[in-house]
Amino acid sequence: MENRNEYRNVWVYAEQRQGAITPVVYELLGEGKKIAEKTGSELCAFLIGSNVASLAGELIEYGAEKVYLAESPLLEYYTTDGYAKVLSDAIKEYKPEIVLYGATHIGRDLAPRIAARVNTGLTADCTKLEVDPEDKKLMQTRPAFGGNLMATIVCPDHRPQMSTVRPGVMEKAARNSDNKGSVIQVDMQLEPADIRTEVIEIVKHKKDMVSLVDANFIVSGGKGLGCADGFAMLRQLAEVLGGTVGASRAAVDAGWIDHANQVGQTGTTVKPTIYFACGISGAIQHLAGMSESDIIIAINKNPMAPIFDIADYGIVGDVNEVVPMLIEAFTQYNGEKEFA
Amino acid sequence: MNILVCAKQVPNTNEVKIDPVKGTLIREGVESILNPDDANALEEALRLKDQYEDVKVTVLSMGPPQADDMLRECLAMGADEAVLVSDKAFGGADTWATSNTISAAIKKAGSFDIIFAGRQAIDGDTAQVGPQIAEKLGLPQITYVQSFELDGDTVTVQRQLENGYEVIRVKTPVLLTAVKELNQPRYMNVKGIYDAYKKEIPVWGIDDIPVEKEVVGLKASPTKVFRSFTPAPKGKGVMLEGPAREKVANLINNLQKQHII
Repeated sequence: MENRNEYRNVWVYAEQRQGAITPVVYELLGEGKKIAEKTGSELCAFLIGSNVASLAGELIEYGAEKVYLAESPLLEYYTTDGYAKVLSDAIKEYKPEIVLYGATHIGRDLAPRIAARVNTGLTADCTKLEVDPEDKKLMQTRPAFGGNLMATIVCPDHRPQMSTVRPGVMEKAARNSDNKGSVIQVDMQLEPADIRTEVIEIVKHKKDMVSLVDANFIVSGGKGLGCADGFAMLRQLAEVLGGTVGASRAAVDAGWIDHANQVGQTGTTVKPTIYFACGISGAIQHLAGMSESDIIIAINKNPMAPIFDIADYGIVGDVNEVVPMLIEAFTQYNGEKEFA
Repeated sequence: MNILVCAKQVPNTNEVKIDPVKGTLIREGVESILNPDDANALEEALRLKDQYEDVKVTVLSMGPPQADDMLRECLAMGADEAVLVSDKAFGGADTWATSNTISAAIKKAGSFDIIFAGRQAIDGDTAQVGPQIAEKLGLPQITYVQSFELDGDTVTVQRQLENGYEVIRVKTPVLLTAVKELNQPRYMNVKGIYDAYKKEIPVWGIDDIPVEKEVVGLKASPTKVFRSFTPAPKGKGVMLEGPAREKVANLINNLQKQHII
């Protein structure tokens, strides 16, 4: 290993898709800022794409002091080959001390490839990052064994220290239009032949509601709903609250709702203001994806269901009876608020 | 056509319990299984074998000697050959060191048109070893594969995204990682089980594969476990009492009082 002290600054991979910054990037900038302050270094964003220069200003407003900009028509769509080459070449040249990626389907594809190429460690799906007060090394905490165990991982002798960070866990950076920062154009050596995969098409599921990660209110259903129709009722409650619908793995496996709605270890991690768990028993894999919610309200027939152990409010009862009452009560509450 | 499948034997994490006194994992009595995403990887390879002539499917695993059981299960499902990469020197490795070992073993095993792996293993959930093997073999990779088509040497897949999917085309050789939406893995069949126990599964140690001793195992791993602990349980909440309507009214009251709504 070459001299560790040559490595400076905190980099955030500023993932964008079709010209829009992926929401986890704001969370990485929020967390990255704290780490940069503790390690006495600068917070930088690394932006890759085609015609994405206009996003650099936004990254600066969210706290990036420097934005490295790598633009080429070859980088219009995310490809492992293209993006990994640009970012690993830049890591070798600029030597950041820490590189953070969102643990998205793109971040989890890109980061391991880069770690293998630049020969450093990578910690997956971190839910907590800290700086060792003594030697300033990054302490990366992540769940393992389906959330049964937490492990804090360090990367003592290799640089950069790299983590993918689970979306929805860290606090978003505050936006400030007075922030100042500089944009650095990255010199690239990228040939069409470097990119061996071809993106033919990007297909988006139709979304009629806010995404799980962004929702302040999530109404989730599990096996206890009894059938697919139960989700229509949950959708109604979510609409009244201005939120969205989530689901446990059991409900997804039963074919009642799309995988895109799944909350938990193999689904999305969420941190809403209120999480309603309706007919969800509370398997540890589910808890791993929602236990950080501000308020958890559990409704379940079985008073012994493990979901009640982490719920802030528990209602023992039939979801098909209680949820309609909640819809009525929140509708009435909304009405009163409007006229207050 | 030569196809390689990377497989891992994992504890069934649905059954893993924590010792409430010691705060450690209780692994005794927990069954070991073929990692679920790897079963999807194997199934897709076997479907190619069903569809085309002259397809050979080799399953390769790094793990302790008892992973032999899992490899026999893969043979019983229909794989042609299996290799176990096992040596104390490989133990305790992180994903960087693991991919050094596995990519070296794959080089010894031959040249492959397609390498299938699972997206991630349920014990570590990192999803890193597949891409890192691809990097070390100089192959293109496509992760989160939820549908797969082969036409000559052209592979077309759907790669799962959070809010949809992308359609990607690539020429073989390529490494792909499978998600559970890709297919429904088959069961072992009786003849397969019988044959599986007659086959020999070679075990390759550190001297059998082209790898430097300095890049494998715990010592070579860039990442180290600093500490591990069980997640702290949250304080007990409030169970709302009374008839259903009263519970709902109480809930709204409480949320207002807490300024949540």
